Amino acid sequence: MREFQYSRATSVADAVASGATFIAGGTNLLDLMKHEIAVPGRVVDISRLDLDRIEPEGEGLRIGALVRNSDLAADHRVRQSYPVLSRALLAGASGQLRNMATTGGNLLQRTRCPYFYDTAMPCNKREPGAGCSAIGGVNRMNAVLGVSDQCIAAHPSDMAVAMMALDAVVEVEGASGTRRIPITEFYRLPGDTPHMETALDRGDLITAVLLPAPKGGEHRYRKVRDRASYAFALVSVAAVVRMEGGVIADAALAFGGLAPMPWRVSAAEDALQGQPPSPALFDRAADLVLSGAQPQEDNAFKLPMARRVLAATLADACRMEDPQ
Amino acid sequence: MQTELFINGRVHRLDADARVTLLDALRHHLGLTGTKKGCDHGQCGACTVLVDGRRVNACLTLACMCDGAEITTIEGLGEPGALSPLQSAFIAHDGFQCGYCTPGQICSATAMMDEIAAGWPSHATEDLNAPVRPSPEEIRERMSGNLCRCACYPNIVDAIMEVQG
Ligand SMILES: Cc1cc2nc3c(=O)[nH]c(=O)nc-3n(C[C@H](O)[C@H](O)[C@H](O)COP(=O)(O)OP(=O)(O)OC[C@H]3O[C@@H](n4cnc5c(N)ncnc54)[C@H](O)[C@@H]3O)c2cc1C
Ligand code: SF4
Ligand code: FES
Ligand code: FES
Repeated sequence: MREFQYSRATSVADAVASGATFIAGGTNLLDLMKHEIAVPGRVVDISRLDLDRIEPEGEGLRIGALVRNSDLAADHRVRQSYPVLSRALLAGASGQLRNMATTGGNLLQRTRCPYFYDTAMPCNKREPGAGCSAIGGVNRMNAVLGVSDQCIAAHPSDMAVAMMALDAVVEVEGASGTRRIPITEFYRLPGDTPHMETALDRGDLITAVLLPAPKGGEHRYRKVRDRASYAFALVSVAAVVRMEGGVIADAALAFGGLAPMPWRVSAAEDALQGQPPSPALFDRAADLVLSGAQPQEDNAFKLPMARRVLAATLADACRMEDPQ
Repeated sequence: MQTELFINGRVHRLDADARVTLLDALRHHLGLTGTKKGCDHGQCGACTVLVDGRRVNACLTLACMCDGAEITTIEGLGEPGALSPLQSAFIAHDGFQCGYCTPGQICSATAMMDEIAAGWPSHATEDLNAPVRPSPEEIRERMSGNLCRCACYPNIVDAIMEVQG
């Protein structure tokens, strides 16, 4: 690890003014600092700021940026009204890591692309212009949607996938004041600048994530991974589905493991709306989600896998007796 | 960096570089070698300790971030002649072979039982809004952050189930 100056922020304003790298749970940043992928000169510890509460706001919920993943998953309001979020959190990392990981840090965790971690190999995200080793390389964990010829990294968060399906809004404090950024506009696609991942500027501090009023319906989070627990997603889906009189009244779907950000396709949701659930309908939704996919040799399996995961999740959420 | 840590009921003052993790502070600066280093990257759980009663990976937290915190390591849970119930159960059930992962397993299980008592659900919990029913499936899921290269998993689960009841 390179040397750095450590200090503790005493207020949100203090943290924003510092322009330094923030550390919250430290579970991603310290890992990257040990590999010298992140080499901050100054680290400001925000973990003791007063941003660790979950409070009602309007008909929704305001989740402080420092609420730990374990506390968020166990919160009774979240378990009852936003169960897809509890489920996604509980499907990620381990008991120990969830006790440390924060809401803000989880949103901003970096990709698990193996070449991003391997400083001996070119990587545009780590070193703009160096090239992408994953294209044509080992890319089993990489993305198939939203990619560019500069980077095919997948976003690793489970929590963010559920937040995408819930239409969460990220509250940010920066030099120019407070901004509220819908999560759909929070992440950037790699394009020619894969090192720029979000709508945040230097010094911006996430203060909270806001959840709108509960959507009701059935909430599901299904994650496929290489082992039963404690592994990143190959493919995951968050689904919030409301049925009315035998047809799908509305559906929100977000995917993990497929793209550089939690992936949502409104055309697929629209196709489900007003229709009675059926395997053919789910297949059509999958076509719409996966159209335009650019798989590589190692990760092409994600296309049929995503299709099957979506069908199984929707059948379950629509409470179909026998989907086949 | 001046850091004050309350470890196993005793105050320790540490003057170390900001880069020192809680794990290295315990092992190298304070001589508490019961806590083990496996991967140093949050992937194995060998370094699990309790910080203010919650289980964490000591390799992914800086000692200076823990200033003022209460830390419990395996040395603080019990000692020969006065073992904690989980320590005794690991012996009774052969919950280890080489023993390298064991301090982390026992610290993790100790806090995990508190999480169950507090009603925290897990990935293995069927109904998020019903009381948690401890079962081998629940224990396996909740302990998945602690790897054992000797694969003593069945005996570890038995040991924890005996104490958890
Ligand atoms: C072995 C292992 C397995 C894992 N498995 C999974 C998994 O299956 N699923 C999953 O989703 N995740 C997984 N994770 C990742 C884990 O969820 C993240 O590391 C964690 O959520 C990051 O949160 P943190 O608070 O520790 O962030 P930190 O490491 O403290 O920070 C991460 C980044 O966010 C910035 N930051 C933090 N808070 C703020 C803020 N409020 N405002 C602005 N910037 C901020 C930091 O500067 C840093 O750049 C795993 C991690 C490990 C080590
Ligand atoms: S996919 Fe992105 S993160 Fe991975 S090597 Fe290519 S540029 Fe780097
Ligand atoms: S040494 Fe900390 S998790 Fe492996
Ligand atoms: S007993 Fe050897 S690693 Fe677990």
